Amino acid sequence: MNKLKQLFAAGIASTFMSSVAYAEYGLNMPVGVTETSRQIYDLHMLILWVCVVIGVVVFGAMIYSMIYHRKSQGAVASQFHESMTAEIVWTVIPFIILIVMAIPATNVLIDMHDGSESDMTVKVTGYQWKWRYEYIGEDVSFFSSLDAKSNEARQVGSDIDPSTVENYLLNVDHPLVIPVGKKVRFLLTASDVIHSWWVPDFGWKKDAIPGFVNEAWVVVDEPGVYRGQCAELCGRDHGFMPIVVEVKTEADYAIWLADQKNAAAAAKLAAIEDLDPRELKRKGKKVYRANCVACHQKKGEGVPGVFPAIKGSAIATGDINEHINIIMNGKAGTAMAGFKDQLSDVELAAVVTYQRNSLGNKVGDAVQPAEIAVLR
Amino acid sequence: MTTVTDSHDDHHDHGPAKGWMRWITTTNHKDIGTLYLVFALIMFMLGGAMAMIIRLELFQPGLQFIDPGFFNQLTTVHALVMIFGGVMPAFVGLANWMLPIMIGGPDMALPRMNNWSFWILPFAFAMLLGTFFMDGGAPAGGWTIYPPLVLQGGNGFPFMVFAIHMMGISSVMGAINVIVTILNMRAPGMTLMKMPLFVWTWFITAYLLIAVMPVLAGAVTMLLTDRFFDTSFFSAAGGGDPVLFQHIFWFFGHPEVYILILPAFGIVSSIIPTFARKPLFGYSSMVYATSSIAFLSFIVWAHHMFTVGMPLEGELFFMYATMLIAVPTGVKVFNWISTMWKGSMTFETPMLFAIGFVIMFTIGGFSGLMLAIAPADFQYHDTYFVVAHFHYVLVTGAVYSIMASVYYWIPKWTGNMYDEKLGQWHFWLSTVSVNVLFFPQHFLGLAGMPRRIPDYSVQFTEFNMWSSIGGFAFGLSQVFFCYIVYKTIKGGEKATDEVWEGADGLEWTLSSPPPYHSFTTAPEIK
Ligand code: HEC
Ligand code: HEM
Ligand SMILES: [Cu+2]
Ligand SMILES: [Cu+2]
Repeated sequence: MNKLKQLFAAGIASTFMSSVAYAEYGLNMPVGVTETSRQIYDLHMLILWVCVVIGVVVFGAMIYSMIYHRKSQGAVASQFHESMTAEIVWTVIPFIILIVMAIPATNVLIDMHDGSESDMTVKVTGYQWKWRYEYIGEDVSFFSSLDAKSNEARQVGSDIDPSTVENYLLNVDHPLVIPVGKKVRFLLTASDVIHSWWVPDFGWKKDAIPGFVNEAWVVVDEPGVYRGQCAELCGRDHGFMPIVVEVKTEADYAIWLADQKNAAAAAKLAAIEDLDPRELKRKGKKVYRANCVACHQKKGEGVPGVFPAIKGSAIATGDINEHINIIMNGKAGTAMAGFKDQLSDVELAAVVTYQRNSLGNKVGDAVQPAEIAVLR
Repeated sequence: MTTVTDSHDDHHDHGPAKGWMRWITTTNHKDIGTLYLVFALIMFMLGGAMAMIIRLELFQPGLQFIDPGFFNQLTTVHALVMIFGGVMPAFVGLANWMLPIMIGGPDMALPRMNNWSFWILPFAFAMLLGTFFMDGGAPAGGWTIYPPLVLQGGNGFPFMVFAIHMMGISSVMGAINVIVTILNMRAPGMTLMKMPLFVWTWFITAYLLIAVMPVLAGAVTMLLTDRFFDTSFFSAAGGGDPVLFQHIFWFFGHPEVYILILPAFGIVSSIIPTFARKPLFGYSSMVYATSSIAFLSFIVWAHHMFTVGMPLEGELFFMYATMLIAVPTGVKVFNWISTMWKGSMTFETPMLFAIGFVIMFTIGGFSGLMLAIAPADFQYHDTYFVVAHFHYVLVTGAVYSIMASVYYWIPKWTGNMYDEKLGQWHFWLSTVSVNVLFFPQHFLGLAGMPRRIPDYSVQFTEFNMWSSIGGFAFGLSQVFFCYIVYKTIKGGEKATDEVWEGADGLEWTLSSPPPYHSFTTAPEIK
């Protein structure tokens, strides 16, 4: 009860007295940074004003009538109840207004569907609950999930004040990076359930659907950092899979891309080395916390009826090959996705070792990255 | 069972059976209407309680009270309870009470089926709400139950499917009863084009129900076999198509939203003429507008799916068709205003709610028109802008019409006047708070807050606080409403037969409360 009271006191105080604290709140759709987003903003404002004008006329008539045609004003009811002319007028006029609205809307829609002549392509895959970006033809790909600080603060009862976290819930560990002024084509899909990729400043969202590939594109005019979120309910952590796009100048983008390629090469080398089981367990805990806790829970106890416990699980304490298999390939028709593409050899080896020797399990064996590499 | 409560035995008077068994075995349209209305009120309060928890969690950023998984369960069940347990049964209750009286008949045409279609509902909802206590909790995929997400649910999933089947059966039986009653039980001289608009709109609604509830039943059955019997209707991995589900769902879903609003149109078309003391303007154009809305509602479904990646031609078609619905809807609003025009208006509580309906439903209609513009919908879709839109049409639309009709007809039902002063308070408290609750959500959505999230980034804090405060006030106002209804049932100033000075229609020719069997001899229709 005390917590409730505090909450309300704090809330009401900040609502009524210090609107400065949240001064940057938005009222309207952002104009955005692409030609498309500006066109959509214009459409939005046009239809909004059309509605406002119609509203003023309609509500104006109503209010006039309510003031002057009331019994207490001595109004006597007339008994007219039909007029063909009136019916025709208020059928035809709205119809014309709608046609006037439909024309620009159609043009914008046609433009948006033209994804031809793009300069580069990024494949976006939605996972529960992160995004994967693959630069087609560049051999660069990575996952992008909620940043650690937001993730810590958003836990139930974390006692961390969200306003102390920079870009709370709108920040990721690895942002998508694209060059300014280039036509970037996105291919959108998902690996488990439907997600939707949305950056308001780009003007659109598009669903990422398992088994389908959707297409969309942007040309961003200004370098900068643009933020968005998943827009289609995708399960427990739907609210926690933000999108961050860094738009760089062409030169900066080239440097970034080269760095990524070098890092990928280095990671491949590292995977071949054998690691100490304790080291594997330590790494595995991190992997587990980042990828598995949402379902299997912090102590591996699972959620009865939905997500099995790892603690004492027949698979996690049984044949190690079965265990590796379910983590790499998932189990079709269940929420257990395959992590083969999401995790590196080192990470897979680590999380298997961790689950077998922690979370209340004591099997005592381990698996090395090189053995995972063979199974790919 | 050999005795029937309303058996026409000379030794019985024509009253209800004694004791609580009356409510179980009744085949009387008024008793069943009352059961439906009481059930709906309980469901409103339950669904409202869930909304209060949701708004409490959304009061400020960060997760203070509930787990995100539970949050999703609450939004899902809140919506299912409000739609299938609140609004739809309330309308069926009103139909039961008023249709036979309005057309000058003695009762509904199929009284036993009537009893059954009500008594299915408590079991259906017990099952749905029971899922909260099962392993894995209640369904959490949103009321739109899209696969593959919904297939990840726990043990509650099949129970939700069966609950939906039962609600569907109940609705279809209710709809058949309405159609048969209207076609067969009208008093001599009550031609179709003389029926009150509430009868007309329910007549059309009943056809919509029969057309689409089986579609929903089919869709949820396919989900069930996908989950348990290895079919892959909706799984791309097995050659199926997750988007197919959305098409089927919204082929049900869009007509469904008209099922939730057409009876409201009828109610408002009855109330406004009464308090303007002037006949309804454009009766026949109202009937045609309702019919064209019903027809169009079958060809606009994919406006809920502009972002799934349809071909250009598809998006254009659904955009144009959706914009077209604005025309007959506009006609209705203009007709209501013309009815008020040059009338001699008074503003008792039913009229206040009816006017509140016209204004705020129109606001919801405006945001609906905005959502119809496909490119703009790429921004609006799945944000709080949509949440604001559908709550304006559902809460200040459908629910306001239901509250208007309760105030309008409760003197007839109980023989007691409600307390006018309290009614006015209820209206103003509700109207102020509901706008504090839902209007800021337009801004939230435009500024980029997605719907169905339990936590949000800090720039959305202020409007969410407003919205929550409005929500709590609106919730309390409805507790107050329950009190007003209770008080009226218990007693109050006796109502006359006519009740309202400007009232027109057969229901006002009967006593207040009306006899147990409404018109045993057919009234004369002018
Ligand atoms: C979206 C939720 C989800 C996530 C995230 C998830 N799992 Fe699972 N996991 C499941 C489900 C559901 C099953 C049960 C599948 C079945 O029906 O057999 C499962 C089963 C398992 C099993 C077999 C347990 C048993 O006894 O059946 C293991 C091992 C496992 N997961 C490991 C992992 C690891 C390691 C990760 C992280 C890299 C992970 N899971 C992430 C949902 C998840
Ligand atoms: C007390 C008044 C109400 C309040 C405070 C309220 C509040 C809410 C909230 C907070 C959500 C969740 C939004 C989200 O997270 O996306 C929601 C969803 C919803 N509500 Fe209400 N609501 C109320 C009444 C109603 C009524 C009367 C109806 C229908 C007749 C209704 C229908 C819905 C629907 C369909 C959803 C969408 C659920 C989904 O996303 O699947 N609500 N409501
Ligand atoms: Cu999501
Ligand atoms: Cu629709």
